Amino acid sequence: MRTLHAIAFARSGDKGSSANVAVFARTPAAYAWLQAHLTAAKVEAYFRPLGVGPVRRYEVPNLGALNFVLPGILAGGGSCSLRIDAQGKTLGQALLAMPVSLPPELLSSLHPTP
Amino acid sequence: MSSLAGFWQRGGRTRIVTNAGGLDPLACGTAVRAVLARANLPEMKVAVVTGDDVLAWVRTHAADCRNLETDASLDTVLPRLVTANAYLESAPIVAALQAGAHIVITGRVADPSLTVGPARAHFGWGAEDYDRLAGATVAGHLLECGTQSCGGFSTDWLDLAGTHDIGFPVAEIAADGSFVLTKPAGTGGAVTIQTVKEQLLYEIGDPGAYLSPDVTVSFLGLQLSTDGEDRVRVTGAAGRPPPESYKVSATYRHGFKAHGMLTIYGAQAVEKARRAGHGVLQRLTGAGCVYRETLVECLGTGASAGGLGQRVPESDLIETVLRISVAADTEEPVRRFTRAVAPLVTSGPQGVTGYATGRPKVLPVFGYWPCLVSRAAAQPQWSFA
Repeated sequence: MRTLHAIAFARSGDKGSSANVAVFARTPAAYAWLQAHLTAAKVEAYFRPLGVGPVRRYEVPNLGALNFVLPGILAGGGSCSLRIDAQGKTLGQALLAMPVSLPPELLSSLHPTP
Repeated sequence: MSSLAGFWQRGGRTRIVTNAGGLDPLACGTAVRAVLARANLPEMKVAVVTGDDVLAWVRTHAADCRNLETDASLDTVLPRLVTANAYLESAPIVAALQAGAHIVITGRVADPSLTVGPARAHFGWGAEDYDRLAGATVAGHLLECGTQSCGGFSTDWLDLAGTHDIGFPVAEIAADGSFVLTKPAGTGGAVTIQTVKEQLLYEIGDPGAYLSPDVTVSFLGLQLSTDGEDRVRVTGAAGRPPPESYKVSATYRHGFKAHGMLTIYGAQAVEKARRAGHGVLQRLTGAGCVYRETLVECLGTGASAGGLGQRVPESDLIETVLRISVAADTEEPVRRFTRAVAPLVTSGPQGVTGYATGRPKVLPVFGYWPCLVSRAAAQPQWSFA
């Protein structure tokens, strides 16, 4: 079992009580895998412990990216939230830590043997 | 501003556009004029953009100001309303620059409009040159967050050179609205396709409809290419008319909160921390304190993200930082909490430490109320300070 970190990088930020996490594929093959497997439902289930609402996924193929909007995930956000991460700064790293089972050919395409 | 006086005294010509005015841009303008007078630069013209303050309008149209997140009517918080500011567009900045302002200070203006303004003033773009405005808006979006386009806050931060001195981004905008993002020579970090991609989708909703008061932008046709070391060219921004309303950020008083932290080291550190934290809250509520919300977090367990990505069983951790938080509608129970954390040093488990920073502070909470208002609610204008 690997984590998303193996094939992607990410960026998260806040919008009020909501946040977004953008996930960027490191290669075109990785984008195809993300597009097929990293669904809104999967991301929503993953972030459920943080109280996220219905997750919306936007595809950004020209950037090799998927953008996830995570409503209500910051428990009030900004000045209201009591959490140490009221601004969603950790959510990119949290999503990259998602365990995934990746096909061997995808992993070898990322780290070609000389 | 004082730190730039020498630059201008030596003939520097760089002009400044900044939303540094906060809730009182006119006072900021007056203060800047005073600095320039002391620096013997009286010929520099300071302009102030106002009109973003829509508090009076919002007070009289509260029922129309529905919260964009909850759809609640502003009537519910009207007596506690503190501020209401519209995100203004680039037009008053353009006018001030074209009238010869060297420094433009604004209150609330959409961040990318701070970049669109100078580009419009320089190239003479009209308010309906949507693709060009879109390009400059994307540039402004990349410039708005410190060094974040240059490797700050990036996933592969450890791979960057010079992270102690990351450069701030610079956008070289062309007449067609495309631009090259770069950074000053000799600074750390990097401008690569990866760093630019990350910042492009920072705090973004629908990448096909990035809303600003100048233009609605689609990011879906953006193309990034390398244009030399630490230079990334961005083309393909597509624009269409902006929303008909202004977005407003309003705030209201929402009680008080405090956070207290202590470190617990040793065997079963997390279990001890949890019991100690909940014990503080139990004692206070038992004494009659009423909180609308409390939270106990054990940092080190993945608590920053609700335990996601946790790699080590809690029982294996040799230490944790205990963070206890409370919020209440009134100040008194929060004030009592701030005095209840330190006693854990003598009544908590062996290995409690890290109480060097003193008592927690009582913080006022300001609730955030995003809403839309008619363009008639705000009168964007500018004047020389």
